[in-house]
Amino acid sequence: MRIHKHHLFWPLAMLAALLLFNLFYSPEEFYTVQVRNGHLYGTLIDILNFGAPLILVAIGMTVVIATGGIDLSVGSIVAISGAMACLTISKGADQDALGLLAEAIALSIGIALLLGLWNGLLVSVIGIQPIIATLILMVAGRGIAQLITSGQIITVTSDRYGYIGSGSLLGLPFSIFIVVAVFAVAVLLTRRTALGLFIESVGRNPSASRLAGIRSRYVLIAVYLFCGLCAAIAGLILSSNVSSADGNNAGLWYELDAILAVVIGGTSLTGGRFYLTGTLIGALIIQTLTTTIYMIGVPPEITLVVKAFVVLVVCLIQSETFRKTLVQRWQTRRYPAEREVAKHV
Amino acid sequence: MSTVDGQEREPILQMSGIYKHFPGVKALNNVSFRLFPGEVHALMGENGAGKSTLIKVLTGVYSIDQGAVTLSGRHVAIHSPLEAQAAGISTVYQEVNLCPNLTVAENIFIGREPRRFGRILWKEMNRKAEQLLRERLQLGIDVTQPLYMYSVAIQQLVAIARALNISAKVLILDEPTSSLDRNEVEQLFKIMRKLKEDGLAILFVTHFLDQVYEISERITILRNGEFVGEYEAAQLPRIELVSKMIGKELELLGELPKAGGEGRAEAKESLIEAIGLGRKGAIEPFDLLIGKGEVVSLAGLLGSGRTEMARLFFGADRPDQGQLLLKDSPGAVHSPRQAIDAGIAFCPENRKTEGIIDDLTVRENIVLAMQATRGWMRRIPRKKQDELADQYIKALNINPPNPEHLVKNLSGGNQQKVILARWLLTQPKLLILDEPTRGIDVGAKAEIQKLVLSLARQGMSVLFVSSELEEVVRVSDRIVVLRDRKKVKEMQEDIGQQQVMQAIAGG
Amino acid sequence: MFKQKYLSIAVTVFLFAVMFLAGSFRYTGFFSLQVILNLLIDNAFLLIVAVGMTFVIVTGGIDLSVGSVIALTTMMSASLVQEHGWPPAVVIPLMLVIGSLFGWVMGAIIHYFKIQPFIVTLAGMFLARGLCYVISINTITIDDAFYTKMAQTKIHLPGGSFISISVIIALVVIAAGIYIAHYTRLGRNIYALGGSEQSALLMGLPVARTKIAVYTLSGFCSALAGVVFTFYMLSGYGLHAMGLELDAIASVVIGGTLLTGGVGYIFGTFFGVLIQGVIQTIISFEGTLSSWWTKIVIGLLLFLFILFQRVLSARQATQKL
Repeated sequence: MRIHKHHLFWPLAMLAALLLFNLFYSPEEFYTVQVRNGHLYGTLIDILNFGAPLILVAIGMTVVIATGGIDLSVGSIVAISGAMACLTISKGADQDALGLLAEAIALSIGIALLLGLWNGLLVSVIGIQPIIATLILMVAGRGIAQLITSGQIITVTSDRYGYIGSGSLLGLPFSIFIVVAVFAVAVLLTRRTALGLFIESVGRNPSASRLAGIRSRYVLIAVYLFCGLCAAIAGLILSSNVSSADGNNAGLWYELDAILAVVIGGTSLTGGRFYLTGTLIGALIIQTLTTTIYMIGVPPEITLVVKAFVVLVVCLIQSETFRKTLVQRWQTRRYPAEREVAKHV
Repeated sequence: MSTVDGQEREPILQMSGIYKHFPGVKALNNVSFRLFPGEVHALMGENGAGKSTLIKVLTGVYSIDQGAVTLSGRHVAIHSPLEAQAAGISTVYQEVNLCPNLTVAENIFIGREPRRFGRILWKEMNRKAEQLLRERLQLGIDVTQPLYMYSVAIQQLVAIARALNISAKVLILDEPTSSLDRNEVEQLFKIMRKLKEDGLAILFVTHFLDQVYEISERITILRNGEFVGEYEAAQLPRIELVSKMIGKELELLGELPKAGGEGRAEAKESLIEAIGLGRKGAIEPFDLLIGKGEVVSLAGLLGSGRTEMARLFFGADRPDQGQLLLKDSPGAVHSPRQAIDAGIAFCPENRKTEGIIDDLTVRENIVLAMQATRGWMRRIPRKKQDELADQYIKALNINPPNPEHLVKNLSGGNQQKVILARWLLTQPKLLILDEPTRGIDVGAKAEIQKLVLSLARQGMSVLFVSSELEEVVRVSDRIVVLRDRKKVKEMQEDIGQQQVMQAIAGG
Repeated sequence: MFKQKYLSIAVTVFLFAVMFLAGSFRYTGFFSLQVILNLLIDNAFLLIVAVGMTFVIVTGGIDLSVGSVIALTTMMSASLVQEHGWPPAVVIPLMLVIGSLFGWVMGAIIHYFKIQPFIVTLAGMFLARGLCYVISINTITIDDAFYTKMAQTKIHLPGGSFISISVIIALVVIAAGIYIAHYTRLGRNIYALGGSEQSALLMGLPVARTKIAVYTLSGFCSALAGVVFTFYMLSGYGLHAMGLELDAIASVVIGGTLLTGGVGYIFGTFFGVLIQGVIQTIISFEGTLSSWWTKIVIGLLLFLFILFQRVLSARQATQKL
């Protein structure tokens, strides 16, 4: 297999290009990793730490997209989960009590699973297009998050809760370990059970899958559940990192960044084959890009312009149809209808 | 080849020496076609004969590789449906190509709405539409209702009205009758006769033999993209028509020895029985019993209901009457999953859209059904998957013999074998094969036939659907003949191609 | 004969009436012409955007870039007028041209490269929002005489109530939208495209031109809404109109337009916007209820309408047989 055909080639090349740019532009700032009080500090560590929630959401999004769906509600679920956890903790007498933390985490994960189930049911049982079905929760979810926080920013003073998002273990941010764990679970679930095969099969060809005896309904519900779960954990990390929950702004635009990460990672939006490692790299690219832009002193908001071009370029590169259309357009330039009408010979 | 010379008239449309290639397929190979004003001309052929391609070439949807088209004596080159319409050729497709969300009047006039200063004159449009439908098609409906409110038959007529309004030289009707009931067909034919009298030339595509003889004067037959001949309907006996479509000249139909008749038990224990099973618009209620180790074939022309019958046995479509009785298991068959659990397997006719998962590997495609029955928890270990894939790749001679090859890169015959392997892995009691040999090369065809016979010898029952009579006769113990969505005959003894053909032709 | 096609629109209008009446019974001062007119004043830009969005959704597409294009318009207007001293007579037409061009490019990419509208307009959304910050990351306040005049002029109606100039613009856009949708070939082609793209093609309709036109139209509407929004806010800011695309989509759906394309009415969208406005008004009259209830109620309405559409289309499918 030629190396540039490997599905990780383009994502890795992009990441390498970004890292290389930083090597020339700001090697000092970017690549220095210091040890302070037994913890590692540095830009590279920050990228991993701040990128953790996005990676999690993107992992969940990957399996949803593999079934040919999309989940627009993840940003809202991130906000709801963080809000729920912070609300529970803020009501406790001793905010560091383990029981209270367990309750908070269980509650926010439980509610996220419920929301995932809701999405899954709308898509699989009622048969609404995924983009529309999850739009409902995208809109209402923000409201629910604000309802939970009563429109305020709930601040908690729990060192233990804070540990989730800003603690460190073995010198590394704890969130990295969560990401590794979720990633490992996702890989195990999809590659060590038959779920991965079912997901790819349903995403690529639903009617053939049905005739092969796959119960696609359960597969769809499972992926939306998992996506909700990932978003919930991301919400916990985000809120714990800043020790507060903001129903309005937490997880804003996460759905879009996550979709972008998945697409950069090589998973097609039309469903089928999915690449969790690709998604991981995709999310890292986005985070590195954000950090790089920040470091070269351009207003961070300009990241959006760069992202816009990345989205387009990646879509164009990935779509075989793009290259094909260029060739085909030329060949059929005098028969505009031939390339449009579905061929049946 | 017996081409009938037309009268002294000039054909309004003449296509000669048409070639059209698609990647890997010769869709049209030196095809000719003539159409005279005031006639209904039937274009006949089995699946893949090239009818649709010919029509799409004629209406400018596809380009022509080689060949000439003359219309009213003038050489024309048509590049788009719009140009075809402008030249006077209009098409009504089988799957009504109108917009169901627009009103009837709009569907007739869209693109050419009556306007004043750019403003669409709805009243005038509605009035014209109503007048057109009433006067030319004897149809009095509310033209301001959206099209989806009406039956397919009426939608079909609206499509014809649109065609008539645009141009009135050549009207192409591509299988207009396939979803109409008897009365609706009558109504359509009445209108076709009237239009014929008005001097319109009608190209009519259908699979129903009765209808061909009822309405058309002339028949052109295509087979595998090749021109077979042009005939006067009155001088072409049904059986000859069928044989020309299927591709066996009558005199050549010697009785080929049956390949595996001997050695099979006489009295069969029953395995599955359909009682009064049917589905509206697909297949009329039928009874059919399949015995253990028996090969039952469904013979009939395209559109005769063979596929529909096979799908009911698998629960791929839901029957609206009757029942399916399984002798061994009490479970009902309402979905493919239940069918699989009851030991039924189904290779669908349309490999690409219902069979293979094109982006997955050969191995993944092979283990799919077995894995589905095991559930997601009990994944077949990778080593076992490799073994199974290797075993079946060898057994079925799948080429290239690489289990990690993407199935979309395989040839049609090998894709078919992959699907067969997928089902054999589940060790079914009944294997349903819908056109398993269509579009695959001769070698692979023989292999699949041999496989069917050896499976039956091992006690597996097979329900076999094929348009190739030779194949049907060769492999089956019993042949069920279907015509016009009805089971018309069941033949057990002395099956010869000729008898089957007669039964298919009917009348 | 009551036509089934007007059913969902009737539901929308009925819903608006019920909500408005419920508000009138519950709160004093609610039942007045001015409350209704305020709905228009406060949502003029949303009305304009929603008209463009309706056309896009009728073709079966979606346009996520509208909110960002509004922000970009406010930003560019503010920058040109305030910092470079361009006259509004030049700036406003320029904005409309840029918005249309923006839509045209997205439409062309969607059609010719066959990339989902969702992704292309998402890129457009990022781009427009990002370009705002290229101009400035701060708010630019406008004190140009023309803009302040447009913002403050009240057009008095008989009976003591008043509307703003933006409302007039919005109503003109609605009227134009209805005219285009129902009385021009472009409009009917848009509906045909949404009904079945393949059929439209086989019927010889200009599919490419129509599809690109729809996104151009939406770009134009966004830019116009951006101009109106500039009147309303008298400033340019990159965070203006955040999430407005969702409000616009929600209005269109609540207005009875099928998200799968083919069916929809500008008139329904008008009431879809008003329903959102009424919900906000009720919540502000209630006082104890908080603003996030708006989102929850709108989400709930979205769900009900999508479910309703689903049932309707299932019924249509069975009716055919």
